[in-house]
Amino acid sequence: MNPRPENRGAAIELETVSKAYGSFRALDGVSLGIEPGEFMTLLGPSGSGKTTTLNVIAGFTDVTSGKLRVGGNSVVGVPAHKRNIGVVFQHYALFPHMTVGRNVAYPLTLRGVDQAKRKARVAEALDMVKMGDFAHRYPSELSGGQQQRVALARAIVFDPPLLLMDEPLGALDKRLREWLQLEIKRIHRELGTTFVYVTHDQEEALVLSDRIAVFNRGRIEQVGTGRQLYDEPATLFVGRFIGDSTVLRGEARSDGTSTALGIAGETVTAPRRLTGEANPVMLLRPEKLSLRRPDQKAAAGANRLSGTIAEAIYLGSGSKYEVKLGDGAMAIVRSPLTGESFGLGEKVELCFDGADAKLLPDDSTADTTLT
Amino acid sequence: MSALEPTTLSAERRAGWAWRPFALTLPALVLLAAVIGYPLITIVLRSLSEPEWGVQNYAWFFGAPVNLAVLQRTFAISAWVTLVCVVCAYPYAYLMTAVGPRVRLVLVLCVLIPFWVSGVVRTLSWVILLQDSGVINSLLRSADFAGIRLIRTQTGVVIGMAQVLLPFMILPLYSVMKGIDIRLVQAARSLGARPSRAFFTVYLPLSLPGVYAGAVIVFILALGFYITPALLGGPRSTMLSTLVQTQVLSLLQWGRGGAMGVVLLVTTFLLLALAAPVMRSRHREAGRR
Amino acid sequence: MEMKPLTRAVLGLVCLLVAIWLVAPTLVVVPMSFNGNKSLAFPPQGFSWQWYQNFVTNPEWSTAFLNSLKVASIVAVLATVLGTLAAFGLDRMKARPANLLRMLMLTPMVVPGVVLAIGIYAVYLDAQLVGTLPGFVLAHTILALPFVLIAVSANLEVFDRRLETAAASLGAGALTTFRTVTLPLILPGILSGLLFAFATSFDEIIVSLFITNPYLKTLPVQIFSSITRDADPTVAAVGTILLCATTILIGGGMLLLGRERKGRL
Repeated sequence: MNPRPENRGAAIELETVSKAYGSFRALDGVSLGIEPGEFMTLLGPSGSGKTTTLNVIAGFTDVTSGKLRVGGNSVVGVPAHKRNIGVVFQHYALFPHMTVGRNVAYPLTLRGVDQAKRKARVAEALDMVKMGDFAHRYPSELSGGQQQRVALARAIVFDPPLLLMDEPLGALDKRLREWLQLEIKRIHRELGTTFVYVTHDQEEALVLSDRIAVFNRGRIEQVGTGRQLYDEPATLFVGRFIGDSTVLRGEARSDGTSTALGIAGETVTAPRRLTGEANPVMLLRPEKLSLRRPDQKAAAGANRLSGTIAEAIYLGSGSKYEVKLGDGAMAIVRSPLTGESFGLGEKVELCFDGADAKLLPDDSTADTTLT
Repeated sequence: MSALEPTTLSAERRAGWAWRPFALTLPALVLLAAVIGYPLITIVLRSLSEPEWGVQNYAWFFGAPVNLAVLQRTFAISAWVTLVCVVCAYPYAYLMTAVGPRVRLVLVLCVLIPFWVSGVVRTLSWVILLQDSGVINSLLRSADFAGIRLIRTQTGVVIGMAQVLLPFMILPLYSVMKGIDIRLVQAARSLGARPSRAFFTVYLPLSLPGVYAGAVIVFILALGFYITPALLGGPRSTMLSTLVQTQVLSLLQWGRGGAMGVVLLVTTFLLLALAAPVMRSRHREAGRR
Repeated sequence: MEMKPLTRAVLGLVCLLVAIWLVAPTLVVVPMSFNGNKSLAFPPQGFSWQWYQNFVTNPEWSTAFLNSLKVASIVAVLATVLGTLAAFGLDRMKARPANLLRMLMLTPMVVPGVVLAIGIYAVYLDAQLVGTLPGFVLAHTILALPFVLIAVSANLEVFDRRLETAAASLGAGALTTFRTVTLPLILPGILSGLLFAFATSFDEIIVSLFITNPYLKTLPVQIFSSITRDADPTVAAVGTILLCATTILIGGGMLLLGRERKGRL
């Protein structure tokens, strides 16, 4: 193969890609552009279409309609083995009858790389995943984490311009997972190829990705950096899926520039309004909320809601409270270590600046699709 | 969950390549139709058409007391063989589950070796053992006992057949017993059952599916046995298979031989059909574990 | 289950007897094969190798042996190819038709031998296949097919199809994937199918008895007619040879299997 060019990643473009199984639409008009060398994570609950998207890119699944280009060329109808895309599977998929070395050499053998070069590149790939000493072992002799690193080496050894990973850490325990996340990040930096990573774990997505595409029910809800998704969720689903959040629902009244919600006799307002007919809800991040005792004086202009402490969790860096509001809804509040502490059952007031509330159209399915 | 499930992939293949799996099975199916299907149809037709069209061959078969006696004997011998197999196989299969791996290997080998040794040779051994000048009689005589007649008797046939068929009883029984959770028996003991009572109320019922499966296999195979009765049996222990052979090869009575064959075939499939639901429920249970 | 010592002893004894009953009777052919007299009466008189000599030199026996070897070899290959293809087909079919076809393909195991034999005999008489090599091969292949199907299917059931997906992602086409991934992993099943098919054909007697003629006899047919005709101890010699061959085959296979397993772990 050619010596490594500077930017070896391939761009990917999906244009209104759909995939139907009978009457079930696994993908419903998905459009997504991935930059060369980008780390893109496809995030969503199970059955949301993220793995189907990966399968479509890899060539394991045909599209029902739509366009798919990898590196500028359409790959619709190109079989998987001719796409030159590396894939790492959740279940490792190492060949049990081959040693680690032969597993990693496999794609090179298929490409007719001569033996001396093959040996060198296998060693290089195994070193990259820190498995250089295991070339003569069989997969059954390795732990899950080791097997997944070998699978990673096998997927990058032939220098594919694109690497797909399908929940590669899903079967591993938390510690190992966190360590391997950093490893994957490092390898991405060193290789410079495009990575497409599928996960249902939003924390993992935030750790790894340049950008994240949030999937729900066969569609993409939003694409953006972790920060954008957290701060500016486009839909209630995204807001709920990324990070902790409190959702306030109530009787909505909008005038020209602001929206008010009536919740169990109290009213909160936000200085914005939704366009369109949808029922507005407010989404608030835990750090934008604060608690005070009812007798304390509130800052002017702040919204207040009364509630009761239902759960108090000490986190080390601070505390997390669950507050039961007047209408029965739960609010999540994170308070710094320096703040006041509250006890279970204590009556409190929940305060926030109306400008911090995200106003989003209500979506009753956003709750149920979360598992 | 979100792994690349083979189900989605095979769904894919099904849509585009539905004909391919069928194409793969086609050569085998063609051969099956030519070498099993066509011959069996031929036999059914001949039983109804020779010497002329009608059910005369079946009327003859069920009308002659000699034939009915053979039919009855075939069932009786098969039943005896099955009984002997159950009695011998049950403790053997149980012991296979209760011993260490080394002894188990020896026990498994003892079952498998006769499986692999030529059936004709094994029947030959029984001829040598059971004949009037055979091992058993010469041993009896040297101990001053009177010789007993074993060859060309029903007893001899049962002994020989049971030995040949025993592995078919032991193997399914073992596979069921292996799956029985022994803690259930311990639970029964802790609830106050004596060992024998725990055995009869817990272990035995749980192992019955294996007994049933093995018994059906042994009985069906015994019904169609030909070589062993032919070599070990006499005129008074003729089984249905031998009668079929005589009609066809010696008397050239294709119609009558065919009718007998069809009776044997139908009986076999009826038994299988009766046993199938029980076997299937056993599978389901195994799947649940 | 805990047992009283007495129960244990009785159980052990019963099993010992059953084991002896399973294995020992066959061994009786060994002393008989060295009989000095032309008789199968027990105990054998004297000692001689003449029956082994007879087996090798008497064309009746040696031809029958070679015929069986020839038929069984062809059957083993044919049944393994057909059975493996069919097993793959069934594995990749929807469950319902697959179960139906599988049941159909297993029927040769349960059809009573004599019924099948007269049927095949009738058809062969018309097709002039009686006493021919193709006749034997076809009949034995269909009888061996279920064993191959069972052996290969058992292996396919535990084969992880996702490995084929992985191979495709690494650049292997369908044929290469089969050659480098699928085949090596289901090879044990195919080989045991091959062995079973060979043994089934080599040992088949009922159908063979019907479709044989003086020009083409297989070894079991020759043994059978020898037993029914006279008390020629050559059958005992043949039995002993088969016994040894089987034992060596099984022993060798187990050693090989054991070594391979050790290599893997």
